[in-house]
Amino acid sequence: MENNLIISPSPHIHSGDTVSKNMYGVLIALLPALLVSLYYFGLGALIVTAVSIASCILFEYLIQKILFKQQPSISDGSAILTGLLLAFNLPSNLPVWIIIIGALAAIGIGKMSFGGLGNNIFNPALVGRVFLLISFPAQMTTWPIPGNLPMTYTDGQTGATVLSLLNEGVKNLPSYTDMFLGKMGGSLGEVSAVALLIGFVFLLIRKIITWHIPVSIIVTTFLFTGIMHWVNPTEYAHPLVHVLSGGLLLGAIFMATDYVTSPMSKNGMVVFGIGIGLLTSVIRLFGAYPEGMSFAILIMNALTPLINIYFKPKHFGGK
Amino acid sequence: MILIAIISLGGIGAVGAILLYATSKKFEIHEDPRIARVQEVLPGANCGGCGFPGCSGFANACVNAENLDNLLCPVGGSAVMEKVAIILEKEASKTDPTVAVVRCNGTCEARPKTNQYNGVSSCAIASMLYGGETGCSYGCLGFGDCEAACDFDAIHINPETRLPEVIEDKCTSCGACVKACPKNIIELRKKGPKSRRIFVSCVNKEKGGVARKACTNACIGCGKCEKECAFGAITIENNLAYIDPVKCRLCRKCVVVCPTMAIHELNFPPRKEKDTEPAVKPQKKPEPIETTTPENK
Amino acid sequence: MLRTFRIGGIHPPENKLSARKKIVRLPIPKQVIIPLSQHIGAPAQAIVKKGDLVKAGTLIAKAGGFVSANIHSSVSGKINKVDTTIDASGYKRAAIFIDVDGDEWEESIDRSDELIKDCFLSAKEIIDKIAAAGIVGLGGATFPTQVKLTPPPGNKAEILIINAVECEPYLTSDHILMLEKGKEILVGVTLLMKAIDVKKAVIGIENNKPDAIKQMQTLAASFPGIEIMPLKVQYPQGGEKQLIDAVIRKQVKSGALPISAGTVVQNVGTAFAVYEAVQKNKPLFERIVTVTGKQLANPSNFLVRVGTPIKELIEAAGGVPENTGKIIGGGPMMGKALINADVPMSKGSSGILLLTKEESIRKPVQNCIRCAKCVNVCPMGLNPTLLMNATEFQNWDLAEANYIVDCIECGSCSYTCPANRPLLDYIRLGKGKVTGIIRARKS
Repeated sequence: MENNLIISPSPHIHSGDTVSKNMYGVLIALLPALLVSLYYFGLGALIVTAVSIASCILFEYLIQKILFKQQPSISDGSAILTGLLLAFNLPSNLPVWIIIIGALAAIGIGKMSFGGLGNNIFNPALVGRVFLLISFPAQMTTWPIPGNLPMTYTDGQTGATVLSLLNEGVKNLPSYTDMFLGKMGGSLGEVSAVALLIGFVFLLIRKIITWHIPVSIIVTTFLFTGIMHWVNPTEYAHPLVHVLSGGLLLGAIFMATDYVTSPMSKNGMVVFGIGIGLLTSVIRLFGAYPEGMSFAILIMNALTPLINIYFKPKHFGGK
Repeated sequence: MILIAIISLGGIGAVGAILLYATSKKFEIHEDPRIARVQEVLPGANCGGCGFPGCSGFANACVNAENLDNLLCPVGGSAVMEKVAIILEKEASKTDPTVAVVRCNGTCEARPKTNQYNGVSSCAIASMLYGGETGCSYGCLGFGDCEAACDFDAIHINPETRLPEVIEDKCTSCGACVKACPKNIIELRKKGPKSRRIFVSCVNKEKGGVARKACTNACIGCGKCEKECAFGAITIENNLAYIDPVKCRLCRKCVVVCPTMAIHELNFPPRKEKDTEPAVKPQKKPEPIETTTPENK
Repeated sequence: MLRTFRIGGIHPPENKLSARKKIVRLPIPKQVIIPLSQHIGAPAQAIVKKGDLVKAGTLIAKAGGFVSANIHSSVSGKINKVDTTIDASGYKRAAIFIDVDGDEWEESIDRSDELIKDCFLSAKEIIDKIAAAGIVGLGGATFPTQVKLTPPPGNKAEILIINAVECEPYLTSDHILMLEKGKEILVGVTLLMKAIDVKKAVIGIENNKPDAIKQMQTLAASFPGIEIMPLKVQYPQGGEKQLIDAVIRKQVKSGALPISAGTVVQNVGTAFAVYEAVQKNKPLFERIVTVTGKQLANPSNFLVRVGTPIKELIEAAGGVPENTGKIIGGGPMMGKALINADVPMSKGSSGILLLTKEESIRKPVQNCIRCAKCVNVCPMGLNPTLLMNATEFQNWDLAEANYIVDCIECGSCSYTCPANRPLLDYIRLGKGKVTGIIRARKS
C-alpha cells in the first residue's frame, strides 16, 4: 500500500497561497497605522485594540465550538483581523464593556450568523462599528485629543474630528501636514494617512488586493467633493480635507477591499468603489452624520451580489 | 361621525372585494381538477424518478395521457398507480415493484488498491480521471455519489467494504442512484416474491484472468451458470454473466456453481445441509449488499 | 515591453531542471506497447496481427476516421499481441505489443543527419505526407496535424504561429530541440507555410530561453518570412488562443477556431516532425521527452521510441526516488497522474515528472473567501468559483451562461486558490456535462 502512486486531477502544483497568509498580510499592512495610533493615543489605543482583538477571537472560538460544534479556525487570522479593524474604527477612550458588545455584534451578527468566514454579506468590523455608533452615539463620537504617548484612557481630554468640525461649520482645521501624519482627533486607526498608504503599498506588492477599489473610492470622493468645493468654496471644504480626514483611507484600503464582501470582477470593483465614494460624499456633505464611510461601505456590501451578476469579468474574445 | 366612518370603510372594502372577485374571475386559469386529486395520492417526494419534473408534472402527464401504460410512479408503485387509475377512470398498467441493486462486490479485501486517489471525493470526478483505485476499472469507486443522490436515505456506503448498501425498506426505486453512478453499477431489478432475488454482483467485462486478478469476487465469464440454468435466464456477453430477472425462477442452482461466488441470492431461507457445501466460504453472505434479512421483513 | 496574452495568467516557479541537458538517445527496450489512441479523435485501426514482422516505420494501424492518425511501429521485431493496456488516460485501451528484435528501419527512411532544405512538393502533397506519417500536435493536445492544415472551406490562413513557448514548468523538450535542431525546425516551418499557403510565420518563444531565442534568430535570418518573437513568461501562453492573442493581438471568439483569426498554430516539435516526415520520409515514431523531478538523480531530455514504458525512461534518469508520490505524464499544470510506471510513452508525451509524496498531497479544502484570485488569473476571463458552484449544484444553465465550455483546463484557478478549492476538478466535470447538453440540443 505504501508504494501506491497518488492520483489526482491536474494541476499537480499549488501556489502555496493560503487564506491565513492573506489575513496575516493585511494585519502586517495595518501595523504602521497601529504604531501611529499607539504614539498619538497611547494607553487608550493599546487597551481598545487588545480588548477588541481578544474578544473577537473569544467570540469566534465560542460560537464555533459551542453553537456550530466544529473545529475552531482561529488560526486563519480572520478573527484577529476583524478585531483589529473594529478597534481601528473606535475612539481610543471607549469603555471596555462597549468594545466587547461591539466585538459580539461584529463576530456574532456580522460574521457567524451567516455561517462564518466566506458567507457573510457585510464587513463584520463595520457591522460592529455601526452597531455601536447607533447604540452609543455619545461615547462613539467623543475622541481624545492626540498627544505624545499619553497614558490616559477614559479620563483624557476630548475633542472633535475634522469632519465633525466641518459639519458644525468650523473653519479652523488642523494643517495638511498634521492630517497627513495623523495628529488629529479620530478613531484609532484612521488618523494617519501616511501609515495607511504604506500599508496600501504593501498590500499591492504582495498582491493581496488590487488597486481598483481603493483608487476608485478615493478618486470619486476627491472629484465629487472637489466639484462641490469649486462651486461653493465657503460652504464646502477642500477635497484634500475630505480624502485625508475621517475613515476614508482606512475604509478604502482595508474595509471596502474585504474579500468576502466586495465584487469579484475588476469592473465590478470599480463600480463598487464609485458607489462608496459617491455615498460617502453625499452623507458627509448633506447628511446629518459627519462621517459616511461605514454606511457607504455597508450599503455597497448589500449591493455586491447584484454587482456580481451585472459586472462579469471581461470574457476572452467576448462581447 | 361613526356612521360615516363605517359606511366609507365598508364601501372601500366592498369595492375592493368586487374588484378582486372580478379580476380573479377574469384571469382564472382553468386547471383540470383531477390534476390536484391525482397529486394528492402521489407520494409528494418530487424525486423525479418518474421522468417528470416533480409530482405535479407527473400528475399533469397522467391526466393528459391516453392511457397509463408508460406512466409509473416508482416510489408509490402499483398501489399508488391503482389509486390514480381510479381517479382518472383509466386502466393502471401492472408493474412489478423494483428495487435498486448494487452489482459490485469488490470489497476492500477482494480488490487490493493499486493507487491512491487524492482528488475531490466524487465518483463523477474520479471516473473522469481514470478507472479507479483498484485494478478493476468497472467496479464501484466508493465515493458515494449514489448516497448523495438518494432523497430517501436508502443507500449508504459501508465504511468497511467501501461499497454502497441499499436499505430495501426505504428504497423507492426512483432511480436517482442509477443516474448518479458513473459506472452504471446500480440496476433497478424486479423485487421478486418475498423480495427474493438472484443477480450477478459484478459488471467487469474483462477476460476471466484479468478480472480475477483485479478482484477475487469478480465474474470471470466462465459460463458454468449459463449451462446450469434450466430456464435460459443467464446470458454471457463480454465475459460477463447477466441473469434476466423475468426468466429467472429463483432455483438458486447458479449460485452454487459460480466459482468466484459472484452470483448473489437475497432474502432466501437458509439452504439444506447438502446444498450449502460448495458455498460455505465465510464471506458468502447476502449482508454486504442488502441489510434486510427475511426475519425483519 | 515583451508581449503576452492580455487576460489573467500566472507565473509558477519554472523549475526547468533539465534545461540545456543534451538530447540522449534512449536504448530500445525489449518490448514496446504502442497504444492505438495516441491522438484526439477516433482510435487507429490495427492492420497487423500476432506474429507479423515489422520494421521501425512500418504502418501498423490506420487512421480510424477523418480526425484520427496513422500509427507506425517504432521498433523492428515481431507483433506479440493486440490487446489492451492502461495508458496515460487511466483506462484500459487497445494497444499493440511488439517484441523487439534488432533495429531495422524501413528502407524508404533517410537516416542521415544531412539537412535537406529544398522541397518541390505541392501543398497537397506535403499535407498527404504529413497525414501518412501520422503526425499529431506534439505540444500535448495531439490533434491530428493534417486536419489542422486543412481549414474548413471559406477560410484562409494569413499567418502561421509556431508554439515554442513551453510554458509548463519543468518541461524542456522544446527548448533543447530548438538548441539542437534549429535548422530542421525552420525547414519544417517553411514546409508548413507552404502547406497552408502563407507568407509569414512567427515563432513565439518565452524569454526564459534566451539562448534558444538568440540561436533561432540567427538561423531564421536565412529563412524569409519567419520571425522570432520573444514573449514575456506567463502561463498558459502555450494555450492556442492565448498564444494568438500574445502574438497578433487578436482574441479568437468563444467557440471559434484559430482560423477565424486567420491563423494556424503548430507546435515547434510538430514542425520538426514535419521536416522529418516530408524531407526524410520518417514517420512519427520517436520524440524528445523530458524526464524530471526535484528528487530525480539526473533530470534529462531523451529521444525515445513511442511505446517505451516510462519506467525505462525513469530508470535511465537515475531510477524512481524513494519518496515518489506521483508520476505525471506531461507537465505539473496540465499533465495526468499515471497509475504505474508501466504506462507506455505515446506521441503526446512531452515529459515525465516525478513529485515527492509531500508535493503530491493536496491541502484541506476551506471555505471560499471570494477573494477573486481565481477570477483574476483565469486566462479565459471566466469566474471559476461561480462555475464550480454551478457544477456542484448541477445548475447547468448557469454554467453555460457563464461560458463553462470556454475553459481550457489550464489549472490556473486551482493553482492560485488560497482556500485550496478544487475549482478545476468541478469545472472539468461541468464542462463535460454542458458540452453534452449542447450537443444533445443541436441534434
